[in-house]
Amino acid sequence: MTQAMQRAEPAPREVPPSPGNEHIVEAMNRRYDAGFVTDIETDSLPPGLNEGVVRWISERKGEPAWMTEWRLAAYRHWLTMIAPEWAKLRIGPIDFQTISYYSAPKAKYKSLADVPKELIDTYDKLGVPLHERAKLAGVAVDAVFDSVSVGTTFQKELADVGVIFCSMSEAIRSHPELVRQYLGSVVPTADNYFAALNSAVFSDGSFVFIPKGVRCPMELSTYFRINAGHTGQFERTLIIAEEGASVSYLEGCTAPMRDENQLHAAVVELVALDDANIKYSTVQNWYPGDENGVGGIYNFVTKRGDCRGARSKIVWTQVETGSAITWKYPSCVLRGDDSVGEFHSVALTHHHQQADTGTKMIHIGRNTKSKIIAKGISAGRSQNSYRGLVKIEKGASGARNYTQCDSLLIGKQCGAHTFPYIEVKNPGAIVEHEATTSKISDDQMFYCRSRGIAEEDAVSLIVDGFCKQVFRELPMEFAVEAKKLLDLSLEGAVG
Amino acid sequence: MLKIENLHVRVAGKDILKGLDLQVKAGEVHAIMGPNGAGKSTLGNVLAGRAGYEVSAGSIHFEGGNLLELEPEERAAAGVFLAFQYPVEIPGVNNTYFLRAALNAQRKRRGEAELDSMQFLKRVREKLAVLHLKDELLHRAVNEGFSGGEKKRNEIFQMALLEPKLAILDETDSGLDIDALKMVADGVNAMRDPARAFVVITHYQRLLDYIVPDFVHVLADGRIVESGDKSLALKLEEHGYSWIAERKLAGAA
Repeated sequence: MTQAMQRAEPAPREVPPSPGNEHIVEAMNRRYDAGFVTDIETDSLPPGLNEGVVRWISERKGEPAWMTEWRLAAYRHWLTMIAPEWAKLRIGPIDFQTISYYSAPKAKYKSLADVPKELIDTYDKLGVPLHERAKLAGVAVDAVFDSVSVGTTFQKELADVGVIFCSMSEAIRSHPELVRQYLGSVVPTADNYFAALNSAVFSDGSFVFIPKGVRCPMELSTYFRINAGHTGQFERTLIIAEEGASVSYLEGCTAPMRDENQLHAAVVELVALDDANIKYSTVQNWYPGDENGVGGIYNFVTKRGDCRGARSKIVWTQVETGSAITWKYPSCVLRGDDSVGEFHSVALTHHHQQADTGTKMIHIGRNTKSKIIAKGISAGRSQNSYRGLVKIEKGASGARNYTQCDSLLIGKQCGAHTFPYIEVKNPGAIVEHEATTSKISDDQMFYCRSRGIAEEDAVSLIVDGFCKQVFRELPMEFAVEAKKLLDLSLEGAVG
Repeated sequence: MLKIENLHVRVAGKDILKGLDLQVKAGEVHAIMGPNGAGKSTLGNVLAGRAGYEVSAGSIHFEGGNLLELEPEERAAAGVFLAFQYPVEIPGVNNTYFLRAALNAQRKRRGEAELDSMQFLKRVREKLAVLHLKDELLHRAVNEGFSGGEKKRNEIFQMALLEPKLAILDETDSGLDIDALKMVADGVNAMRDPARAFVVITHYQRLLDYIVPDFVHVLADGRIVESGDKSLALKLEEHGYSWIAERKLAGAA
């Protein structure tokens, strides 16, 4: 039997007029700690996009001819496409000729030891130490600065167990057979407008390969930093977990405060073979623009995981607090029988930020299961939409999905929207959808305060409680980080 | 401890309290009774500092200081506690976590050392034992999915843990069956102390069989119209609130 349940929240109870919520609205001032610029000599392409630029990037990276051709095919296809307009987003026109498609520190670094102090300091300031003595315990980091990876920690330790963790550029040079086999196999070059653009001009990103039967001995993470102005960041990440392998990967992102809008169009592909397990977590804190909506990153990202093997599992967890506009739907293609896909998301928008984010769960194999937990928090004049597709293909007998979407509103000028799409072609599938909308009420605030908890702490307590289900999914230290980031984003929320 | 003089309060443009006087000394239990709409809950909310309650005249002094100048969280730290008539749910926030945050916020404001988890848990266990509560309460989110009785018991548990100087119970008896009522009363009685005062707001005399007050006040039309000892509550029970109104009329004639 097919079930599609929708539970609506009862209308909010009338409360006596009080300044509580207006306080929250008025005084919401966001502090953005990562907004500084690193002064370093760069090698940048002048703005503009044409076949020459695509060839230049490929040549610059010393890529084989097949890779150049792959890029060019993507570029030519992109020219025939138009930007998607179905999302609930107001996006100003993007002039792709005014963007520089490559910017990198001038010098080349053979190893982390060669990386200049300014860059090491940059990552230090962001809380991602790269140097030997302060490396994060148990976490290997690939640091991507504008268009290139500047270094990867713990490479040797990982290589000892057969794990490959390096920049995408290096992977194309050192492991071309793996790249050629898997690149574009989950997100084809022509998949969508921004994925096609990325395929043509991607400059770097991370590559992870976990061989058969290996449990990656440490967390892997990539830290993306946009530094240069008028540039776009186009990274490409590919993670392959062979039979029985498992890995937990985390990415973090920040950018300086600028009053221009910068484009970040990434593609992430995950491949899980039989019994493999991939956990992919994101803490996205791109510059969101100022309180008037000036500046900020356009975060247009395609993320997709392919549960290619039986009993494989892919879990996406995201905490999205940054970017002026977020357009991303980390998805799972549940091809293998008994495979499992999960999506846990917290998306916070504030001031004039816009987010249209969610997931797609495509059930193809038998007894496939998926779970979606999406929490949206809207404040200021922001718009926050959940958009999700649950598709049960004909052969997916015994498929199950559970979706829960909760929205929390802070103030009266923001919006929360839910767009669930459900397509069921197998009558045996069970699909459940629950949605709630609530707001931080004056009653809750007064209750906390009457117990001695100050306003700001009360907001963070309530928001934290709202996000709990998702934070539980993050690796321990990142859960702490995510909670701090949320507190910071809501700082000055009351006053 | 608490001195309220000529208190006038407006809510949404309407006068609710119209010249209320009340004095409460440490160690005393005062019951405030009165018909619906008399302003009983308004009194509790004004004492705790809820927004939207405008004091248009009069004063409230607590331990010599002007209570009206303090924010709600400052009043809590000073020792004022309101047990809510309708306790609020805070989904996802663990009850223990909430209480520890509250207690430590109060202690910090008072310049006292914050309790670590071990010290806090010890205190929690002591209070649970006194109140005959199950620790299952601790692992749930604040009031989430609690029955009416559980919510009220949780209020009393919070009161026990926060150890206020002045506890205001706003119709804590409403919606409770007799067993829950006894449990709540036992909790309050266990906390009676020469240094602590209670203001028990109730519509019915029933609660006062279990929490025996030193003084009973009748609040009608925004003022205290009659004060006496516990026998006043019994008279009210017998004759109803109209009896007070009639007596006033007779007095005026």
